[in-house]
Amino acid sequence: MQKQVELTPEAIRDQKVYRDWGLTDGEYDLIATKLLQRLPNFTETGLYSGMWSEHCSYKNSKPILRKFWTKGSRVIQGPGEGAGVLDINDGQAVVFKAESHNHPSFVEPYEGAATGVGGIIRDIFSMGAKPIASLDSLRFGELTNPKNRFLLDKVVAGIAGYGNCIGIPTVGGEISFDQCYDGNPLVNVMCVGIMDQKDIEAGRAHGTGNSIIYVGAKTGRDGINGATFASSQFSKEEESDRSAVQVGDPFMEKLLVDACLEITHHHSDILVGIQDMGAAGLVSSSAEMAAKANSGVDLNLDLVPQREPGMTPYEIMLSESQERMLLCVKQGHEQTVLDVFEKYGLDAVVIGSVNDDGQYRLSQHGEVVCDIPTRTLVDDVPEYTHPLVEPARFKQDVDPFIPEFADLGKLVNQMLGQATIASKQSVYQQYDSRVQANTVLAPGSDSAVVRIRGTKKSLAMTTDCNARYIYLDPFQGGQIAVAEAARNIVASGAIPIGITDCLNFGNPDDPESYFEMSKSAEGIAKACEQFDAPVIGGNVSLYNETDNQAIYPTPLIGMVGLIEDNQFITRSSAKQGDELVYVLGATFDDYSGSEIQKMLAGKISGKIEHFDLATEATNQKLVHEAIVKHLVDSVHDVSEGGVIVTLLETLFDNELGFNGQTDLTREQLFSETQSRFVITVARQNQAAFEQLVGGHATMLGTTTDDVQLDLKLSNDHLKLDVNEMKQTWKEGLSWLMKSKV
Amino acid sequence: MKFAVISFPGSNCDWDMYYAINDALGQEADMVRSDETNLDQYDGVLIPGGFSYGDYLRSGAIARFAPAMQAVKKMAEAGKPVLGVCNGFQILVEAGLLPGSLQNNTSMEFISDWAPLKVVNNQTMFTNGYAKDETITIPIAHGEGNYYCDDETLKQLQANHQIVFTYEDNPNGSRNNIAGVTNQAGNVLGMMPHPERAVESILGGTDGLTLFKSILNQVRS
Repeated sequence: MQKQVELTPEAIRDQKVYRDWGLTDGEYDLIATKLLQRLPNFTETGLYSGMWSEHCSYKNSKPILRKFWTKGSRVIQGPGEGAGVLDINDGQAVVFKAESHNHPSFVEPYEGAATGVGGIIRDIFSMGAKPIASLDSLRFGELTNPKNRFLLDKVVAGIAGYGNCIGIPTVGGEISFDQCYDGNPLVNVMCVGIMDQKDIEAGRAHGTGNSIIYVGAKTGRDGINGATFASSQFSKEEESDRSAVQVGDPFMEKLLVDACLEITHHHSDILVGIQDMGAAGLVSSSAEMAAKANSGVDLNLDLVPQREPGMTPYEIMLSESQERMLLCVKQGHEQTVLDVFEKYGLDAVVIGSVNDDGQYRLSQHGEVVCDIPTRTLVDDVPEYTHPLVEPARFKQDVDPFIPEFADLGKLVNQMLGQATIASKQSVYQQYDSRVQANTVLAPGSDSAVVRIRGTKKSLAMTTDCNARYIYLDPFQGGQIAVAEAARNIVASGAIPIGITDCLNFGNPDDPESYFEMSKSAEGIAKACEQFDAPVIGGNVSLYNETDNQAIYPTPLIGMVGLIEDNQFITRSSAKQGDELVYVLGATFDDYSGSEIQKMLAGKISGKIEHFDLATEATNQKLVHEAIVKHLVDSVHDVSEGGVIVTLLETLFDNELGFNGQTDLTREQLFSETQSRFVITVARQNQAAFEQLVGGHATMLGTTTDDVQLDLKLSNDHLKLDVNEMKQTWKEGLSWLMKSKV
Repeated sequence: MKFAVISFPGSNCDWDMYYAINDALGQEADMVRSDETNLDQYDGVLIPGGFSYGDYLRSGAIARFAPAMQAVKKMAEAGKPVLGVCNGFQILVEAGLLPGSLQNNTSMEFISDWAPLKVVNNQTMFTNGYAKDETITIPIAHGEGNYYCDDETLKQLQANHQIVFTYEDNPNGSRNNIAGVTNQAGNVLGMMPHPERAVESILGGTDGLTLFKSILNQVRS
């Protein structure tokens, strides 16, 4: 590890050392000449570098985030707190947020992913909510590269190692593969919690003399200034950054969850505020809590529990050691809180108090080592609007792609074995998806469904983002990401109520990259309003570039839906033979950005056509009505791979066959036209279903008991052994992981 | 009937067990911290799954020293029903209340799935509600569920009919497909599958509820 030499303020200025910490010349000048009107010392410069990093300040993305629609009748807490909160009736609320842990997961995949899970869980229970589920959205480069196989293996192990131990079911998520993620895998984790609305907490420190209490693991030298690390590009020398990755302890976090929830539920009268120590650790939690309340804090660093001797103020304040929380407690009631933590065997120490002069003042060994206005760390961060330039690729005319192939049956088999299409069972069976005994629909469904014990309600949840579409058309692709998430939610019997997002992009200084961010955010905003699903929180991960190779723009959408009555919960698998199979939604020749294009052409290109929010909304409404009227046996949304993949997935679970005839061409079986569902209907509901959906759905055929598929197309006749296809689909990922290409 | 659910630091299926008894079975269960030393007021003990003390040394190896385990031993000696599920099974083995040991799954990976089990012995206080050789389906979720015992122990287990459940499709490498065993007296059962997760049809099945009903039947008769 680089040895910390505490340079003098003058040396920091003269040698421009602040640049190494991510501060620009302009930012340093602003601090020195305007905000402080003196040179910041070593510790202070370090605090600014952490707090002014993109990861903590969103200085590059705020103009983008303002585009989002954040209102809506259910919103109790929008963006800005640990996590957003939505009303789910009966005095209850759902709390959720997604966060990225991309950079750490590339450098140290097991701990990077594990601590990503730990971090987002703290955001949820710091609001006073009990975490009830988590989901993971992962992106890797192609598995032909052994490094990507290693990353997938270790990231999954990290998620399992942390999530299984802490006892929060991992109920869903998604994984896909594209070459652009080769040097920048994405690890986005979403956590969902529920609470009574009366128990909502906030991350605030106010009331002069109230105590600041540090709780949880001791502070070590792990992850120092990780927020700055997460806000920079990688180069091939990234290995030297290993010390910027933290190490997780899920057992400690389990105790922390239980203890903090005991405080928020039983001692809320003396608890002023609570926040987790995430990015930029102790400084971000304490400064943000104080700044939100227009107050300041005095902290004595000698009192901070430390794992190693000789830590400097810079190290203590910017350490990102895991499993730590910061509480503000009413003066005179500290012992009550300390006693609760002692019962759980956790360190809890009063390290300072709220002051009334608004200063952020730190002392160590009897000396003041930092004395700056608190708001300068949080509120005075400059905001940057970047120039936008439409990427050149949008201006090129590309001939529309039409798949050409010889043997349809072989092509279907090949498609089912693609990493993005193949079953992810080998991954999700490593996750405990049923702990807490509330999981109704586990991973593998369109969306996960977790019932709320003691009510007849459930929550549906999903993560989605087809980045290929956003790469080809950020505005439409952004809309599609939300629409697809909503489609998953609706397919399981829910109505969408809100979203969180993880905006994973390249370097914002690149005008083309900033264009992608801006346009996709506009698309997301438009679709959110259409589906009445406001954005209630999320995070931003920029600089996902290695050696100037950027990822596809990947604004992950994490959506939650409400199922008002558990009898509406709908599965994606046909139940038995002789169910009628329909495709709801029109099919066109849409191959731009499709899996078939990637598989046959090796790359994606073209224009996104035929997507229309109004059509999407109509189709979703019809599906919801059909579910509520009990007219359907199963609903599965059509996504990557098209109708043929969706149809086969509908048959796999209960090992059914299919017999049918359609006007579709064999190529159109792979079309990825949006807004479609494959639905199965019992014969006795045929008339009512057809009357409801009118011309929006066409019958494709019927399920059969013989495990054979027979589908007559306008220009081909497809015959498949469903069990053979199931084997390819089920084992596809394992084969790729074991391949020694 | 009144059960104690022993909650160790790091237990994470304790509430699942609690709800299985209070809601699904309609009996009473209390959450009892692992530093409790007296369980005299209870008719049975349930040791839940999870990662007691983080399982950092070896699964169940630290939990066996918790004060409550002395009281659990007393209950076992008194012939009262003692059920350990998953980490609870590991703890009972570490505490010497059940024979054998639990090793890493042969895949070296955690496995979460539904597992079909065969009820090998339906003459116990935990299985009297099942038919002999009936196949039931119960969720599993473990990384160290690979049951091992030496030849002599295995012979004894077989001779005394202590093997209660076996896997139909061995997921973890357990010797002789063993999924659950009792002590010699038959009142202490350890099993890796989670019956408390299979007590309501909305969660995918009720095969686990029969196990709890069996305990109730036995006590009532």
